[in-house]
Amino acid sequence: MSAVQTSLRANAAWRWWELALGVVALLSLFFAGSHALLLNEIAILALFALSLDLILGFAGIVSLGHAAFFGFGAYVAALFAKHVMPDPLVGLVVAMVASAGLGALSSVLVLRGSDLTRLMVTLGVAAVLYELANKLDWLTGGADGLQGVAMGPLLGRFEFDLYGRTAYAYSLVVLVLGVFIARRVVHSPFGYSLKALRDNRLRATSIGMSVNARLAAVYTLAAALAGVAGALLAQTSGFASLDGLDFHRSADVMLVLVIGGTGYLYGGIFGAIAFKLLHDVISAWTPQYWTFWLGLFLLVLMLVGRDRLIRPWTWMKKR
Amino acid sequence: MLTLLFDGIAYGMLLFVLAVGLAVTMGLMNFINLAHGAFAMAGGYVTVLLMNRLGVPFLATLPLAFVFTALVGALLERTLYRPMYSRPHLDQVLFSLGLVFMAVTAVDYFIGSQQQMISVPSYLQGRFDLAAVGIGKYRLFIIVICGLLTLALQMVLSRTRFGSRLRAAVDDPRVAQGLGINVNQVFLMTFAVGSGLAGLGGALGAEVLGLDPTFPLKFMVYFLIVVSVGGTTTITGPLLAALMLGIADVMGKYYAPKLGAFIVYTLMIVILTLRPQGLFGHKGAK
Repeated sequence: MSAVQTSLRANAAWRWWELALGVVALLSLFFAGSHALLLNEIAILALFALSLDLILGFAGIVSLGHAAFFGFGAYVAALFAKHVMPDPLVGLVVAMVASAGLGALSSVLVLRGSDLTRLMVTLGVAAVLYELANKLDWLTGGADGLQGVAMGPLLGRFEFDLYGRTAYAYSLVVLVLGVFIARRVVHSPFGYSLKALRDNRLRATSIGMSVNARLAAVYTLAAALAGVAGALLAQTSGFASLDGLDFHRSADVMLVLVIGGTGYLYGGIFGAIAFKLLHDVISAWTPQYWTFWLGLFLLVLMLVGRDRLIRPWTWMKKR
Repeated sequence: MLTLLFDGIAYGMLLFVLAVGLAVTMGLMNFINLAHGAFAMAGGYVTVLLMNRLGVPFLATLPLAFVFTALVGALLERTLYRPMYSRPHLDQVLFSLGLVFMAVTAVDYFIGSQQQMISVPSYLQGRFDLAAVGIGKYRLFIIVICGLLTLALQMVLSRTRFGSRLRAAVDDPRVAQGLGINVNQVFLMTFAVGSGLAGLGGALGAEVLGLDPTFPLKFMVYFLIVVSVGGTTTITGPLLAALMLGIADVMGKYYAPKLGAFIVYTLMIVILTLRPQGLFGHKGAK
């Protein structure tokens, strides 16, 4: 085996802390108790942030409209459960396929232009979907949201209960599956090529890489995962609303990812935990003005450099 | 019909004055500043507070709004913005988003979340008919002021020494620096004037656009549309883009109220897909 192969293999090997994280996740299922609803939200947010990490951390596409796929997945899952069949797993697959389709369609839009152009186009797609969902009130319930979604039992056996135990187990399993898939993709040759074109698109092109096809592929994958996250939210809460498509959701998920750190897959998970805890603590203390502290946090984080947050050993060094 | 067109032009001119600072700073430092609307809001609140609490006449508050926001802009540029220029775009987006969050909640906390009302002086109220076109006096006032500002900006950019320095720095900051132009200083000036103009626009627009703490978030997208569609290499580009946006928005709200924002966003996506550099931009060295 050549040296390159060995190092690539070593990169893809499971680390001890990844296994530890899995054990913690498993244990959290049994000790969730009354926190299951919060944990469910964290798991969904983590999956959503993971999907953003694929395009932001690995492919370098700055998106301010990732909520488009989240909200779309949520509406598809809710509508499917309401009008076609209430089985959650089938609904999840349908939402995933639909979001992947939307992602493939809109991926054409993010291939060209500067960061600003991409920012505006992604933001525009989310805004167009928001307006559509708002206007098509016969289908989506408009500003009131889509109510009266009754989910069937999971696997025909486990009912979604009021305490969110089933919901959390369901979301956690999907999140773990999502991490597996993303991990596999990132450590594949495709994943390495993404990093290459993120770091230098011109050079990636000149060694014969089809940049556009790769970007479109990863954008579609990320859209599918985001759609799954949205579908999970709709299914476990029995509700889909405009809030899922709103700008603040795109901004929040970006923040989550940045708190956790981009480009190593687990940033979404750690970020989601930190973000939810931060949110709970600050909004318990000052419910109306918690975004001020959020803004201050962002500002300071960006000024000192966001890479440092997840690398405490660099805090004392000069840049 | 023509009245609508007139209103659209007034709206577009206002958007241009609000966004032109953003266009120039973005072109100059390649910095994505989502917090530009916060400066506009600051200007609006200066006018509102001066008029309602201290009884300063409307016209006198306009220069004050300009000066105040320009000073705030200069201060923030020196202290907070400058270290961010060399960072990746993601950092800049998050940084300025943080600023917006802080501005929104700070205003909410100190002044309150209600919509602010101002009453423009009586000689600017009402409308008159000119060849069967209803013309609002205040809107005419906006067009005149913004038109004069645009002319002045164009003159400064094309005729003065500062303008040529600025254009050189926009084209290639490194070479400009090498030629002995103090790019940092040029940028400080530009940022301050750009923020000041935003503040002035916010003051002028308080009556037309409405003013409440969510202003920076509500209009952020519109400013960014103007800049991205118009391109950052000229100021005529953003001007035309702002006029188009203003007219499209007013017409859209009148003829198809259910689809108003939908049309604007769809148009933007189509334009940016076909011309990623903006309608009037050209591919620069960057």
